[in-house]
Formats: sequence, C-alpha cells, structure tokens
Amino acid sequence: MALSVDDVQRAAHLARIEITAAEADDVRNKLEGVFRMIERMRAVDTTGIVPMSHAQDVSLPLREDRVTEGDQRALYQQNAPAVENGLYLVPKVIE
Amino acid sequence: MITASVAELSRALLARRLSSVELAKALLDRIDAANPMLNAFLTVDRDGALAQAKAADTRIAAGNASPLTGVPLAHKDVIMTAGLRTTCGSRMLENFVAPYNAFVADRLADAGMVLLGKTNMDEFAMGSSNENSYFGPVKNPWDQTCVAGGSSGGSAAAVAARLVPAATGTDTGGSIRQPAALSGVCGLKPTYGICSRYGLVAFASSLDTPGAFGQTVEDCALLLNAMAGHDARDSTSVDRPAEDYMRLLAADAGAKPLAGLRIGLPREYYGSGVEPDIANAIGAAIDALKLLGATTVDVSLPNVEYSLPVYYVISPAEASSNLARFDGVRYGHRAAKYDDLMDMYKKTRAEGFGAEVKRRILVGTYVLSHGYYDAYYLKAQQVRRLIADDFTRAYQSCDVIVGPTSPTTAFCMGDNTDDPVKMYLNDIFTIASNLTGTPAISIPCGFDGKGLPIGLQIQGAAFAEAQILNVAHRYQQATDWHRRVPPDFSP
Repeated sequence: MALSVDDVQRAAHLARIEITAAEADDVRNKLEGVFRMIERMRAVDTTGIVPMSHAQDVSLPLREDRVTEGDQRALYQQNAPAVENGLYLVPKVIE
Repeated sequence: MITASVAELSRALLARRLSSVELAKALLDRIDAANPMLNAFLTVDRDGALAQAKAADTRIAAGNASPLTGVPLAHKDVIMTAGLRTTCGSRMLENFVAPYNAFVADRLADAGMVLLGKTNMDEFAMGSSNENSYFGPVKNPWDQTCVAGGSSGGSAAAVAARLVPAATGTDTGGSIRQPAALSGVCGLKPTYGICSRYGLVAFASSLDTPGAFGQTVEDCALLLNAMAGHDARDSTSVDRPAEDYMRLLAADAGAKPLAGLRIGLPREYYGSGVEPDIANAIGAAIDALKLLGATTVDVSLPNVEYSLPVYYVISPAEASSNLARFDGVRYGHRAAKYDDLMDMYKKTRAEGFGAEVKRRILVGTYVLSHGYYDAYYLKAQQVRRLIADDFTRAYQSCDVIVGPTSPTTAFCMGDNTDDPVKMYLNDIFTIASNLTGTPAISIPCGFDGKGLPIGLQIQGAAFAEAQILNVAHRYQQATDWHRRVPPDFSP
C-alpha cells in the first residue's frame, strides 16, 4: 500500500505528534514497510469469524457504587509540569 | 552466594547461614562495578534496599518469613514503584515518581523481597533489542557488542550477569522470553489475567502480561506463586482459586518424569528462517525431553504465520490509545517552547517519545482512523481468533508445544535498527502466546558457534503454568545450560 506524506501528517495530527518536513520522508518510508508486512494478513478469509478482542472471555465485573479512594490530588500533582492552586496549568485556550 | 539461585538463597537465609543485608550489600557492590559495562539498571536504590534487607532479617529471625523473604529483586522500569522513579525507558517519564505500587510490586514486597533497583528497557516496552531505550541500550553479558534482547533487556542481562537472582518483566509480544533467550536465562510469561496489570504503565492492554526472570525454572515458579492472584483493580484479572506453581516440581518422578507427556512440534516453527545452530540445539533438547519419557507429535498451526501482522495492528492500536495520556499536562515531559495548547501537545509528544514509539502510535492511529477500522483492526481481531483456534486444535493432540524462542541468537548493536520489520521478526515465535493469552517459558538450551545462548520455548494451554514449569524443570534437572555464567561476570 502506498502512503503519502499527507497521509502520515494526517495521522500525526490525530496523534498530536509533530513531524517536521525534514523527518517526514523517513517516517513515511518506514511506515510503508510496516504496512507492507501488515497487508499479508488481508489475504486470510475471515468470513463469519467472530472478532477476538480479548485473550480470555472476560465479562466486565461490576462493583458496588461507593467511594474507594481518598483525595490524593497533592500527591498526584507532584508529577505535573505546571500546577497552581491545585489546578493543572495549560496554555491559554480562551481569549 | 553470587551465583546462587533464589531457592538456594532462600534456604541459606532461612537457615541463618546468610543475612539479607550481607547479600544485598554484595550485590549492590556488584551492580556498581558491572552496570557501567551493561547499562542494565536505570535506578539503584541502595538505601531502600538495605532498609528492606534489614527488615527481612528481622522477619526471618521472628520466624514468619516466606520463601522469598530477604531475596534480592529488580523490577523492569515499566512497573510502578511508589517513591522510586519509573521511567519506562522514556524521556517522557525521565523524572516520573510513581505515586503507588503496581500489584506485582506490592505482592513481591509483601513476600519480603528486597528491591535493589529498576531495570532498563525498550521505551514503553516497544522493541526487541533494548536499543529503543532513551537511556541507551543494554549490553549482552555474553558479548557486549551484542544486544540483550528486549523489551525487558535490563532484567534479562541483570539476572544473566548475576547482578540479581531474579527480576520482573512484562511480555506483550515476547518481551520476557526473547531477552531471556538472547541473554541465557529463564523467562516466564504467564497466562493473561493471572497477574494483575494494575500499576504497569500500559502498552497494549489486551496483551500486556507481567512475568518473571530467574536462573532456574524453580525460581520462576517461586516468583509466580507470589505474583499471581486476583485483583479487583484490574478488570481483566482472573478470579480463580490460588494454585501452588511449585507443586509438580518437588515430586521425585523417577527416571522418566515426563512419561505420558505429548510434545507438539508445529511444522511452522521448524522452517528455513531459524539459524542452523538453533535448530540443532532445539533438536537436542527435544531428544533430552524424550529421554525423560516424553513423546512427540507433529501439529500444525496454519494461521500462526499471520501472528506478526495481526500483532502489528492490534498492539499499536491499543498503544495509540494508551499513550494518549502523555500530553505534558498531568505528568511527564513538557516541551519548553510552544505557541498554543495544540502546539504544546505536538511538541511535547514529538520530544518525549522516541522514533519507534512514535511509529507505533502512528500505525495505531492510522488503523483506527475513519475508513480503515474494518480493514485493519477488525480484520486483525478475526485472524487473532483463527490463530487461537489453531492452538486449541493443536492442544487436542499434545500437552505442550516446543520450539525455538527466537529465530536468531543475540545480534550486534545497530544491525536491525534501520529496518523496523526486520527487528519485528525477532518475535515471530513468541507473539502467538500473547495473542492467545496462553503461558510460555523460555529456558537456556545451548550456545551457538559464537558462544551466544540459545532459548527453548515451551508453550502451554491457558492456565497450564504448572505443567510447562514441570517440563522445563525436568529438562533443567537433566542439563546444566542454565548454570553457565557469562565469563566476564563470573565471580
């Protein structure tokens, strides 16, 4: 399958990863190699085969609706790049 | 003491012939001396380890020790450890200090194991050579110009070089078994769901499996006994009665301990892609298993050849979703310069992730994007079912499946880095166990002409850990490959 630099940049935008013009060709070439390998799978006849989304036939368990964790905001925010008054700081999004 | 197994150390500790503090100090010194050569450890916690060792000695003296109390351990750096850096081998998490312990970290700490440090790995567990670590590759203790395998390369190399008797790893497509094979140690990937994924930094949630490295199969079983268990915090954790994974190992089963065992030999594992030295070693290992009473039967796994493409759709798809959390807001790296919020996300992720991680996120994003979902993701899930059906069918005529863990022994640094697909082929024999969620172990079974270790893979049906451990253990009772120490690290 042929991938264009535009295809790569579209996926990169969706994935929120910047790819510079200088990198784009190399990224495209290597992705094309990966997709060439993946394409082999498409020859398999899967008519009527139920997709397998999980190794075990798991049914998601339910639990009682009650509080299980206390407030750990201060602990968790120790890893944040920028916080103020218990809030995560991001660049301004509303003028 | 340095080359002793977990089981041997445990006996010495419980008999008070050795103190945990003494043992921890000796290994910490050994790590200080060897790590500049191997790069196996990313974090060494001397103070924490000595405090845990002291507590272990007290517990042993008080008479309430477990078989693992006082025995040193290392965790792969994808396993969260409260108060200790957990980097995932990534610039993104270079300074991340986990706020809580992973389930398996808690379990092994509760058993009294002494955590010496965290081991190097391919970034976010994506890789087969450890060359994708932001902190540099792990060197193979048998030949430092070669890779240790990946992604759990640091754990494998640390156990191989006798820097630590046991270590944890995670296996999403072979990340325990392949480095175990390339570094000459035992690596166990349990059934999916037996060990909780709580507190692992997620890569591909339907495939990620925590497991163990040791010098011996017995050590892997000892660790699994502590690591396994139901955990409500992982919705895929299996709720079933606890098992003693050591139960078959201790029995004296006479000269033919494997009498009645049917070993399946899939014709697909014995093709032209395997190095001749490996094919010979596997042949010799099968002969050794037959001498122990096993018989062989030919089986066929016609769809297993599609494991690689299926895996490289499903795992990137899950990874692209799991790794969306790294946005430079709540934790991890944030770019220094950016224009607006979107630009901050994009630059943060461009800087924080390495090339392979970005590649897999892009593949995953693409296959999940509008118009491609059915052709790739749904198709891969259907073929995944066909592969699982192949194994179910095979296990009607055999008890375990045996073959090579990896088509090659350790390769030179840089040999496969320019061609992602060539690198992916390393996991051709290991991926199916992840897709099917079944257990498998890699154990040493010889060396190639260059003196590099060869791994034998033993696969079993879901929840057949005790059986594959028994087969592997009986092989180790009859052979001594697992006792070989890399010459440069012989104490």
